[in-house]
Amino acid sequence: MSGTFKIVMQEIIRETLNARRLLCPLPVIRTQDKVKQLNTGDQLEVICTDPGVMHDIPAWCRINGHKVLESRSGDHEYIIVLEVGKK
Amino acid sequence: MSKQRKAVALISGGLDSMLAAKIVMEQGVHVEGINFFTGFCVEGHTHAIRAQDNAKPNRNNALWVAEQLGIKLHIVDVIEEYKKVLINPKHGYGSHMNPCLDCKIFMVNKAKQWIVENDFDFIITGEVIGQRPMSQTKSKMPIVAKQSGADDLLLRPMCAKNLPATKPELEGWVDREKLHDITGRSRKPQIEMAKQFGIDDYSQPAGGCCFLTDKYYSAKLVDLWKAQGDKDYELDDIMLLKVGRHIRPKPNFKLIVAREEGEGRFLQGYKKEFISMHCSSHPGPLTLIDGEMSAEDLFFAARIVARYAQGRDEDQVDITITQKDGSERTIQVKPFSKAEVLNEWHV
Repeated sequence: MSGTFKIVMQEIIRETLNARRLLCPLPVIRTQDKVKQLNTGDQLEVICTDPGVMHDIPAWCRINGHKVLESRSGDHEYIIVLEVGKK
Repeated sequence: MSKQRKAVALISGGLDSMLAAKIVMEQGVHVEGINFFTGFCVEGHTHAIRAQDNAKPNRNNALWVAEQLGIKLHIVDVIEEYKKVLINPKHGYGSHMNPCLDCKIFMVNKAKQWIVENDFDFIITGEVIGQRPMSQTKSKMPIVAKQSGADDLLLRPMCAKNLPATKPELEGWVDREKLHDITGRSRKPQIEMAKQFGIDDYSQPAGGCCFLTDKYYSAKLVDLWKAQGDKDYELDDIMLLKVGRHIRPKPNFKLIVAREEGEGRFLQGYKKEFISMHCSSHPGPLTLIDGEMSAEDLFFAARIVARYAQGRDEDQVDITITQKDGSERTIQVKPFSKAEVLNEWHV
């Protein structure tokens, strides 16, 4: 068999977005704007203080084709990690 | 095969815009939603701040509607641009500080810009003739279409049959016969239509989706403008109008007193921007002081803060004053009696 294969591994980026003190829907808007700058497969950790994000960011991810990898809360902070879907 | 047409629907989170989008989707048009955040949208802010509501956080109805419809939703931050709409509305205010007609023109104009940038064909709104006294009357509908620049690219599926045909109808992108002729404030036709579509859960906010239609919120905004001497605001200003008791005992300062734990936690985030006070000898709420004060004013404000602490009936309580740089000092004051905190101080 002749020829060569070139496998390009895209570097997965993980970024953090500080959305503390912002009230919904601003954390969703900031998430939306940040995701626009990322590539498919990249991960974004969003740190918020509005508990509404536990509904809103997963809902936004579902309708826009992104995946929530993790959501947790503690000490009045709400953290969601998402993976950017196909763009 | 004809090209699939694309429309953007203004989604408020209420039933009318949901139905309008659904009507057009049923005709095979690709629909995506758009929602504009002005800073005055009711969407859950107060619930998010107040601790007692944390057990059941409010959903964002616009996102929820989009998910029910199976469409994308683009939420656009228009806080800065919206200032000129609110501060100087060409068509004036409604019964409170709500510039509804200018607001609708602004949003449809933004949607027009969006369809041009994103190669969409037309705009959908859930407007119904006669539904709202200021912006949704038969005479105002052409004003919105014309002054927004959307002209005949603006389709109102709920009442289209009562209006001149638009380009999507004339070009056959949608079938006018399948559009509707709803008028008036009755909700029956919408509820019936929702049933036909199998939609049984939807939001119908009694006071609309904007804080500016609320007389108490509007009074606080007017008070803010009067105190600062001009009609301007930052996002933090308008957020704080949603939180706590606002008490203005003198023209040069006001107090923002947390009403419960969640509000107190929210106000904590502003301690670097405002002088704050709390009762340190008894449990009591955090209070922000907005304005410039003399030493006498500070003492006066401390007596009001003491009124809202559990030591309100004591002869003397400790009030700790925290400066913006974090430095603290504590003074002793006699709490005001209930009668001494005048009703007219409450904004």
